[in-house]
Amino acid sequence: MSTTSTKESKSVAPTTRQRRRANLSDRAKSERRLGWYLAGPAFIVMLAVTLYPILQAFWDSLFSLRLTAPDDTTFIWFANYITVLSDPIWWRDLGVTLIITVVTVIIELILGFALALVMDKAIKSLRGLLRTAILVPYGIITVVSAYAWFYAFDINSGYINHWFDWIPGISPDLNWFAEFWPSLSVIMASEIWKTTPFISLLLLAGLAQVPSELTEAAQVDGATWWERMRKVIVPNMKAAIMVAVLFRTLDAFRIFDNVFIMTNGAHGTEVLSLLAYRTSISRLEIGLGSAISVLLFVCVLIICFVAIKLFKVDLAGTQGDK
Amino acid sequence: MTSGKQKITWAVIAVLVLLYALFPVASILSTSFKSPSDLTSGKFLPSSGAGTLDNYKQILVGDAQGLFLSALRNSIGIALIATFIAVVLATLCAYAIARLDFPGKKVVLTTALAVSIFPVISIVTPLFNLWRNIGLYDTWPGLIIPYLSLTLPISIWTLAAFFRQIPWELEQAAQVDGATTWQAFRKAIVPLAAPGVFTTAIIAFFIAWNDFVYGISLTSTETARTVPAALAFFTGASQFEAPTGAISAAAIIVTIPVVLLVLLFQRQIVSGLTQGAVKG
Amino acid sequence: MAAITLNNIVKKYGDGFPAVNDVSIDIADGEFVILVGPSGCGKSTILRMIVGLEDITSGELLIDGERSNDKAPRDRNLAMVFQNYALYPHLTVFENIAFPLRLAKGKHKEEDVQKLVTEAATMLELTDHLQRKPANLSGGQRQRVAMGRAIVRQADAFLFDEPLSNLDAKLRGQMRSEISQMQRRLATTSVYVTHDQTEAMTLGDRVAVLKKGELQQIASPRELYEQPVNLFVAGFIGSPSMNFLPASLEGNTLKTTLGNIEISPEKAAKGKDLPVLLVGVRPEFFEDASLVEEHKLQYGSTFTAELTHTEWLGNEQYGYINFDPAPEVREMLNSLARDMDADELRPQVVVTLDAASKIRGGRPADLWLDTRRLHLFDPKTGENLTLDAAEGARLTEEANAERAEEIESARQEA
Repeated sequence: MSTTSTKESKSVAPTTRQRRRANLSDRAKSERRLGWYLAGPAFIVMLAVTLYPILQAFWDSLFSLRLTAPDDTTFIWFANYITVLSDPIWWRDLGVTLIITVVTVIIELILGFALALVMDKAIKSLRGLLRTAILVPYGIITVVSAYAWFYAFDINSGYINHWFDWIPGISPDLNWFAEFWPSLSVIMASEIWKTTPFISLLLLAGLAQVPSELTEAAQVDGATWWERMRKVIVPNMKAAIMVAVLFRTLDAFRIFDNVFIMTNGAHGTEVLSLLAYRTSISRLEIGLGSAISVLLFVCVLIICFVAIKLFKVDLAGTQGDK
Repeated sequence: MTSGKQKITWAVIAVLVLLYALFPVASILSTSFKSPSDLTSGKFLPSSGAGTLDNYKQILVGDAQGLFLSALRNSIGIALIATFIAVVLATLCAYAIARLDFPGKKVVLTTALAVSIFPVISIVTPLFNLWRNIGLYDTWPGLIIPYLSLTLPISIWTLAAFFRQIPWELEQAAQVDGATTWQAFRKAIVPLAAPGVFTTAIIAFFIAWNDFVYGISLTSTETARTVPAALAFFTGASQFEAPTGAISAAAIIVTIPVVLLVLLFQRQIVSGLTQGAVKG
Repeated sequence: MAAITLNNIVKKYGDGFPAVNDVSIDIADGEFVILVGPSGCGKSTILRMIVGLEDITSGELLIDGERSNDKAPRDRNLAMVFQNYALYPHLTVFENIAFPLRLAKGKHKEEDVQKLVTEAATMLELTDHLQRKPANLSGGQRQRVAMGRAIVRQADAFLFDEPLSNLDAKLRGQMRSEISQMQRRLATTSVYVTHDQTEAMTLGDRVAVLKKGELQQIASPRELYEQPVNLFVAGFIGSPSMNFLPASLEGNTLKTTLGNIEISPEKAAKGKDLPVLLVGVRPEFFEDASLVEEHKLQYGSTFTAELTHTEWLGNEQYGYINFDPAPEVREMLNSLARDMDADELRPQVVVTLDAASKIRGGRPADLWLDTRRLHLFDPKTGENLTLDAAEGARLTEEANAERAEEIESARQEA
């Protein structure tokens, strides 16, 4: 932060306190009003597009509701939830989703950190090029990424089998999308490729916040590169790492596009989002689909809760929020 | 400073990163130039040298034209409108957050954060039902509204971070210099805020452009179906032919704007994503 | 040009804590007033209330006799120089200086703008940099651009918010004299906030010393130095700080840890009711007894003390004497130090000696103390018992006369 903003925050802090209590001057009052006039529309829109639907979903989930038989709607309390939770498919899909989440986030963290280091240390002439290159996967449509990876591995149109047939287990006849692990691997590869840039940019920002004096001091103290990394840099950018991991975890947990395009859930690769989609949109079982939607939402809340309470991720703090 | 050995190291690293970042794009680019018989060659490049443009012809002027061009129009229109609305709302909101003192500031920010981690699929089911009832299913507004749930929160956060770094003292200085509140804002702040708003717009556009879940769930025909959704519904020239080439060509066409934006504004996008500084 | 009057100004924050409490200051037209004090004393808040960037909780602000509490900043016609310069990064130096003129639409023709900006730029030696952007300027140049923006307005008053604190020491001295000369030449009412007492002493016609939102004393620098109203002002003004020695009074003799000091009966009379006093002695009140001229000896008191060490500075020397105060005195001194934003005050007396003095640490030495100028303070209230209000008024009167002369001659030059 620049000196300006530090000073700003200092002068603003007491003002905030003042405004909270009585004795508001006209200006403070009009500032409050203006604040809500400006922030209000965005706030209302956000609530309208999320809070309302999730409440509606919760309400719908208490009914036996199928669009194929709309007159047959009955209030059934939590029966839908019991149906979902006693179905092994839910648990299998939860497992697949968790595998994808954990594996992709771990690999992305390592790969992203390496990329961040490269961008941080790169000589000036390369920096722009590297950043441009890395932003291509970030900006590309996930569906396009899914097709790119799919066609490269596909038994008909792919070339990967031909390129790597010298590796045991890979041959021109290998159908990557006919089995669980191979298809899941390609799905994860596409996911990792597409989202690592985001994580690496967050980590790059974290790296930039580690004062260079610290690493220089460690260098003078005789720390090797690896020691500097482990004992000085990583501990000092822990906040950035945690935030990156949490964001990516929540994002990976919602994975849908890659699975839909590549396997559409075949061979046990179905994930929770896809389960919800199929139930509501394909089979039009709104009641049951809503229950899955609500459960998915609860899962996200649990992940957040765990991250914030157990790992003390300070989401607001990293954004310089007071 | 940089020795020859370091130069080589960096060259190797650069090539690796480029390979990582661009290979899948190159892969689908190459696929888009393959003729149907070429697809199964098992080779990376199309065999007939420069390849064929048939796939592009098919989606731009051929029989898949209706499907693709309408989807492209929908994608561009819907993404731009959703971006525009989100950025306008977010600019006002972020200004209030960064600048004004009002109770509930934190609530707004927390809401934005909560919305941004919301599982999209959880919103789709109720919207699907509701849109069908009120006639928004398979319309532009029917996608633009839920797109706001994707674009608005990140726009608010990015812009609030940008706006916090603006030396607001300038606004006060301008007021002391004799400016009205509005003049102070327009002459001292807008020139500094504009780059942040623009960057936010690019990021919001990427997100709207990328959407798939809403696209396939809330549309059913060419009136509102976007490109990512349309790609999933492509069929081959005949029932027995996979639409691989056409999909690849379409994928390349929708990737072009992304690559252009990245090439032109990589610096801004990076600073936007990392809440970078507005340099004075 | 305008006089600024603050009547019982209060600024309260939500927790009820007054950041500024009942401050009244009369600033005459053309006067240069400094607000000084440790951080958190409310000096910047007062400035921001004058300029209209901060609401006034209660009290009255008059600019040129007109109540201005609720006027918008732009309607006050004041110019402010900010600590971080507040230059518009997207505008050239020329446009930065012209900014206020451009805002007053229609009032200034393009030629006028050109002329005014060029004039200001010439005065500030910025002519060569007019087409550059602020980011490409040095700290001193940026500071001058900020001043140019203030000058070009022909504002009723200049307000400075620690304008030199971001500059290095050398530049600060130079800019200080530039500001001083500019103010004399333009004779524009100025209010200047600083925590640097050198700036306070050298720039101001009058200096207002603030502590925790309360005005302690407002007077000419000389008066503050010679006749401080209380311990805080006495300790805050002057460098090295005034020494405070615990003492008890027996007749006309002050019994201190340094030895016995004879004082005049008039002074002794003022402190006779208190069991313990604090004696305020500035370092330069001391001298090597062997170097004091014969006729001066009678105005002071000579005693023997052992210095721990001395520092030779070329034109003078500092000597240090440690003493061991009673716990309650030590506590008092520490709380005084906290008020002044300093670290803990060491129980140490600093004395200034002539550069030729042969006194060295570790040996007993004869020191002479000019007892005419010392003050006695009540350790409980901090009040200066020996304050000579008449003498103080005389000093300020004198300063005013000098200043009037200076302005007159500056105007004749211009």
